[in-house]
Amino acid sequence: MKKMKLVMVGNGMAGVRTLEELLKLMPDMYDITVFGAEPYPNYNRIMLSPVLAGEQGIQDIILNDLDWYQQNNITLHLNKKVVRIDRLKKIVYAEDGTEAEYDRLLLATGSNPFILPVPGKDLQGVISYRDIQDTNAMIAAAEKYKHAVVIGGGLLGLEAANGLALRGMDVTVVHILPWLMERQLDQSSSRMLQSSLEAKGLKFLLEKQTQELVGGPDGRVTAVRFKDGSEIPADLLVMAVGIRPNTALAESAGIYCNRGIVVNDTMQTYDPSIYAVGECVSHRGTAYGLVAPLFDMAKVCANHLARMGIARYQGSVTSTKLKVTGIDLFSAGDFTGNDNTDEIVLHDAAGGVYKKLVLQDDKLVGAVMYGDTTDGSWYFQMIRDGKNVAEIRDHLLFGQSHLGNSGHLGQSSAASMPDTMEVCGCNGVCKGVIVKAIKEKGLFTLEDVRKHTKASASCGSCTGLVEQLLASTVGGAYTPALNMTKTMCGCTELTHEEVRQAIDAQKLISIPQVMQALAWSTPNGCASCRPGLNYYVLCAHPRLARDDPQSRFINERAHANIQKDGTFSVIPRMFGGVTTAKDLRRIADVADKYNIPTVKVTGGQRIDLLGVKKEDLPKVWADLDMPSGHAYAKALRTVKTCVGSEWCRFGVQDSTQMGIDLEKQLWKMYAPHKVKIAVSGCPRNCAESGIKDVGVIGVESGWEIYVGGNGGIKTVVAQFLVKVKTHDEVMEYTGAFLQLYREQARYLDRTVHYVERVGLEYVKQQMVEDAANRKALYERLLYALQDEKDPWAKDNVNQREFEALEL
Amino acid sequence: MKDWTKVATLNDIPPLGSRVVHTTHGEIALFRTSEGEVFALRDKCPHKGGPLSQGIVFGKKVACPLHGWNINLEDGNAVAPDVGCARHYPVKMEGETVYLSLTEDRGQRTEHHEDRR
Ligand SMILES: Cc1cc2nc3c(=O)[nH]c(=O)nc-3n(C[C@H](O)[C@H](O)[C@H](O)COP(=O)(O)OP(=O)(O)OC[C@H]3O[C@@H](n4cnc5c(N)ncnc54)[C@H](O)[C@@H]3O)c2cc1C
Ligand code: HEM
Ligand code: SF4
Ligand code: FES
Repeated sequence: MKKMKLVMVGNGMAGVRTLEELLKLMPDMYDITVFGAEPYPNYNRIMLSPVLAGEQGIQDIILNDLDWYQQNNITLHLNKKVVRIDRLKKIVYAEDGTEAEYDRLLLATGSNPFILPVPGKDLQGVISYRDIQDTNAMIAAAEKYKHAVVIGGGLLGLEAANGLALRGMDVTVVHILPWLMERQLDQSSSRMLQSSLEAKGLKFLLEKQTQELVGGPDGRVTAVRFKDGSEIPADLLVMAVGIRPNTALAESAGIYCNRGIVVNDTMQTYDPSIYAVGECVSHRGTAYGLVAPLFDMAKVCANHLARMGIARYQGSVTSTKLKVTGIDLFSAGDFTGNDNTDEIVLHDAAGGVYKKLVLQDDKLVGAVMYGDTTDGSWYFQMIRDGKNVAEIRDHLLFGQSHLGNSGHLGQSSAASMPDTMEVCGCNGVCKGVIVKAIKEKGLFTLEDVRKHTKASASCGSCTGLVEQLLASTVGGAYTPALNMTKTMCGCTELTHEEVRQAIDAQKLISIPQVMQALAWSTPNGCASCRPGLNYYVLCAHPRLARDDPQSRFINERAHANIQKDGTFSVIPRMFGGVTTAKDLRRIADVADKYNIPTVKVTGGQRIDLLGVKKEDLPKVWADLDMPSGHAYAKALRTVKTCVGSEWCRFGVQDSTQMGIDLEKQLWKMYAPHKVKIAVSGCPRNCAESGIKDVGVIGVESGWEIYVGGNGGIKTVVAQFLVKVKTHDEVMEYTGAFLQLYREQARYLDRTVHYVERVGLEYVKQQMVEDAANRKALYERLLYALQDEKDPWAKDNVNQREFEALEL
Repeated sequence: MKDWTKVATLNDIPPLGSRVVHTTHGEIALFRTSEGEVFALRDKCPHKGGPLSQGIVFGKKVACPLHGWNINLEDGNAVAPDVGCARHYPVKMEGETVYLSLTEDRGQRTEHHEDRR
């Protein structure tokens, strides 16, 4: 078949991103031709600010070099502006007469800076701030002249002013309204911003209306005159008063425009063979001026160009960051509020911190922050998810980072960190390296940064800091992934919930069945979705679905814990942390017989044998003759207990026996992630039940049950679920809670994440208030556990896994 | 001429799995894809020496069990943006029998690959 022809007009960020997405989906569908009015290949326009500020060069901000176009067989016409579209013949014409036929046309013409219609606007030295040419003109002017005036106190104007000041000019920002960045900030935060910029040497004239620009005899601007008659000197005048979608070409071709080229949810214009993306577009009445929404559009548009036809663009909520080094500012959503909204405000003028949250019907609808923006991404995510925040309302303002994250010296503000300071403690990545990678490699998402720098790719506790660095480096171009609609991995567009639902409803009992039914895009998944799918089918169809060992991480395949040198560690089970002289003797004998180098008592009250060779594992298990501790698995790990009423003079309940019974019942339970339980015999809580997935505490009249605690990277105190009277009730409630978690959590979510996502109220409704449902959950758990075998039992060991071949 | 030695039958290696071979060149991992192709790499991840044989196999790649680098089975190269290469050995299939050569391949297309065309 003959290839279709795709022509793109406008070689900018939105258009090229669309091509990248398209090439990922359908590399060979089209012959692609691109026209760009600028003489450069696609570059990262938002990095013009650091270029102007002297922090980067032009060569650093190229996103797609000429090789990229060549490698993808794209015909590139640089420096050629398209001036006419013949929609009947389907041909576009450039200024110099170059023409190209199309089957599909993609308009990505961006926007034009708005120029105030004042006398003198055409004088020399009057420029806007949009492209490399403007930036070069400003850099050149800064070398020759002294006085710069920037008209417009919005994002762009302030970044221009900051850059010019850093290049040694005396800069005044003129703004027509009473405060700066009025579209992104309220008055209080704006005042704080203004004072910090004044401290950097910028000057401001607010509520000033420009009457005319005065020129000298050489035709260059010399001064600005205002309506009130006053005048200030200007050798360079930058207009940054807004942008207008660039619709001239589309309009001349008769394509319907209304403050932007009007498109539907598939990014199609009124002419079905013509699509449009980027700042030139008007979608549901909105034209966007930030990169993040444009990237969303690009994805949708590519999907339709590839004839897959399943994506819809439904508009974006945007957030803003000012890219001025050393200034930390964030805003998102509707932060002005109205009669139906409440505000929570913190204003520490001396400390330079301001935070305002706007809530409506227990949902966060807007946020403004100045000075401390650590939690910006967290708030932004809640705004986009429309999450109900009633339960966390009282500490919402303090953010999520007050909860004791470890691993980066308690640093929470990225802006104030020196470049040499370590951000990611796991992989030893410091701030400077991350910022450099973001700028030079053109990274826009957390995933990108993880891949390229490894920062936040391991334990994830520094994710907040990395997000801040992203946000302050690329400005509003960074959008955190929607929590509620996270796709499982790159192999599918479906969310965890959608996948689980389909597995349930369509009775899919194996991974290949799931992949086929749900049109997985890879032949056998990846290392991230396969373990999840294996768990999902097993959990949905216990005793029916067959386990797939090749889709389990090595620890669960070899039933031992892989160590950094490729040896393994073995932890036999000690129910409730109670052992016997006989068991201890056997462990000692095994350690001797197999020359096990390290024997260590774990935090989970049992003994770890470290440094076992893989080939020895089956023999070690056989000699130990104790059940598997599952210390390697996404499964129940330990039930930690204190000595309780049997011995302790404070004890009011027999916590040890309770722990042993829980562990004996649950010990083969696989789960979305590891599960840890503890039982204490009185509220002194020596077993530390407060930081476990399920924590049980004995009291005089029964037991209290807590859920969703965590003692790892991020310490989270478990929340009170219910108080019960009897031993059997503890078993039932614990089992029902864990089954709820097993059935509904995403793979690799701990109970803390699950409870945080659905809310404790929901959990209570499901299994405290609804007795019938609790019993049903518990029944389902017991049913699933009936068939589980001890993976260490001789008959269950797959020898092939452990024996090497000889050459 | 290559020093082909018989090492295994296809059945010895689970689909989407791997086996370790002890050799005079150290440990070599044999991988089997879902399509029944077999590849051989030195059992040492180019990152920090993790045992690739213990990883999850998908498509024509393996994910290292230690820190999750993805390594291409066809040439031992790490998938971008990671950079590094695990030594790669030629494998040849005759029916169900798997032959390995210890003459390491330097980046060219492997023989079994051509067999398949
Ligand atoms: C200094 C600066 C700082 C910014 N900072 C941020 C930020 O921090 N965060 C953020 O999210 N956004 C920021 N932005 C905005 C962001 O850069 C834009 O939203 C984005 O670049 C728009 O992409 P686009 O593809 O729609 O348009 P553009 O990138 O403008 O691309 C359009 C291209 O089409 C070309 N063109 C137009 N008409 C024709 C024609 N007829 N024929 C051929 N070619 C044509 C233009 O020359 C241009 O190269 C900033 C912008 C500037 C200028
Ligand atoms: C892959 C990396 C990890 C390995 C190999 C590992 C291994 C172990 C092992 C073997 C134990 C002893 C458990 C037992 O006795 O059964 C343990 C205990 C523990 N681990 Fe990890 N762990 C890892 C990651 C984590 C993470 C990410 C966290 C935090 C979220 C964490 C928190 C803990 C805690 C708090 C204990 C003590 C448990 C208790 O007191 O009951 N570990 N870990
Ligand atoms: S929690 Fe109470 S019963 Fe248990 S050991 Fe501590 S003091 Fe004793
Ligand atoms: S050793 Fe393989 S990823 Fe680190």
